Amino acid sequence: MQKQPIPRIATKILIPQIMIFGLYVHFHGDFGPGGGFQAGVILAGAIILYALIFGLKEAQRVLPIWAVVGCSAMGVLIYAGTGVAGLLLGGEFLNYNVLAHDPIHGQHRGILWVELGVLITVFGVMVGLFYAFAGRGRRRA
Amino acid sequence: MESLIDYGLLALLAVTALGILTLRNLFAVVMLMGIYSLLSAGLFVVLDAQDVAFTEAAVGAGVSTILALGTLSLVGRTRRDTPTIQVIPLLIVVGTGAALVYGSFGLPEWGSAENPIHHHVAPRYLIDSAEEVAVANTVSAVLASYRGYDTMGETTVVFAAMVGVFALLVAGSGAAASSRGRKP
Repeated sequence: MQKQPIPRIATKILIPQIMIFGLYVHFHGDFGPGGGFQAGVILAGAIILYALIFGLKEAQRVLPIWAVVGCSAMGVLIYAGTGVAGLLLGGEFLNYNVLAHDPIHGQHRGILWVELGVLITVFGVMVGLFYAFAGRGRRRA
Repeated sequence: MESLIDYGLLALLAVTALGILTLRNLFAVVMLMGIYSLLSAGLFVVLDAQDVAFTEAAVGAGVSTILALGTLSLVGRTRRDTPTIQVIPLLIVVGTGAALVYGSFGLPEWGSAENPIHHHVAPRYLIDSAEEVAVANTVSAVLASYRGYDTMGETTVVFAAMVGVFALLVAGSGAAASSRGRKP
């Protein structure tokens, strides 16, 4: 694929739109279908498309393996950290009501953080799985 | 009209599944698996489960297809063994299927408002979430707020899958192994 101009340019045009759509799915999850999980998969799809067209090495230059592994762990930490924040502010674990001055704001803030954690973990894991499978064949060859 | 769409989608699902079972070209099998996911996503839309349909389309038809293609590049495109019918596994599968179908006769009537699932916690989620969480999409409220522990567990499971795959596929074959090989 590396030398064909049409897929290359089409990819360059499509990737920013895919990423914007992923963010839209994340932040619009409160109002319509979607949320952190789907948004994480869509964002990972953008990176995977880049890797398919420009090669695995280029993709790993943009997003190295250590960053992918870090993402997948950090999302879980953000999720659990939101729960601990609820504990520290005087509520129960994963009680979002205490995260802001009134319960509704707290709920919205908690859901945003928690979904962000899901997004980051899913994004990291999906790209990581792709790297693991795609990289294996290349090393053997 | 709606039942026509249901039956059409279910028939296509069955045809796709039979194709996956019988084809020997694994590339075609992977493509059919993607089509199967897309058809299931269509079914979920008909059942008014947009969130599930979205996930099925993104994960099942999108990322899984890519991962299966990546696996194909490792194992080759055609199936080498000749498929043979083994009697005992076939009997077990048919028996389990028959038991499941028999069990489905005991389920409450499909789509009825009297079903227990509509009377346990669903009314509380649907009615109270507007005041307690004030999020327009009740699915988000249930996932992140009422069932926060479940979703945290799911996120941890996804992370654990990553750890498992990396332990199996990447550790030992990565940079460490290649640098070891290059040493004179």
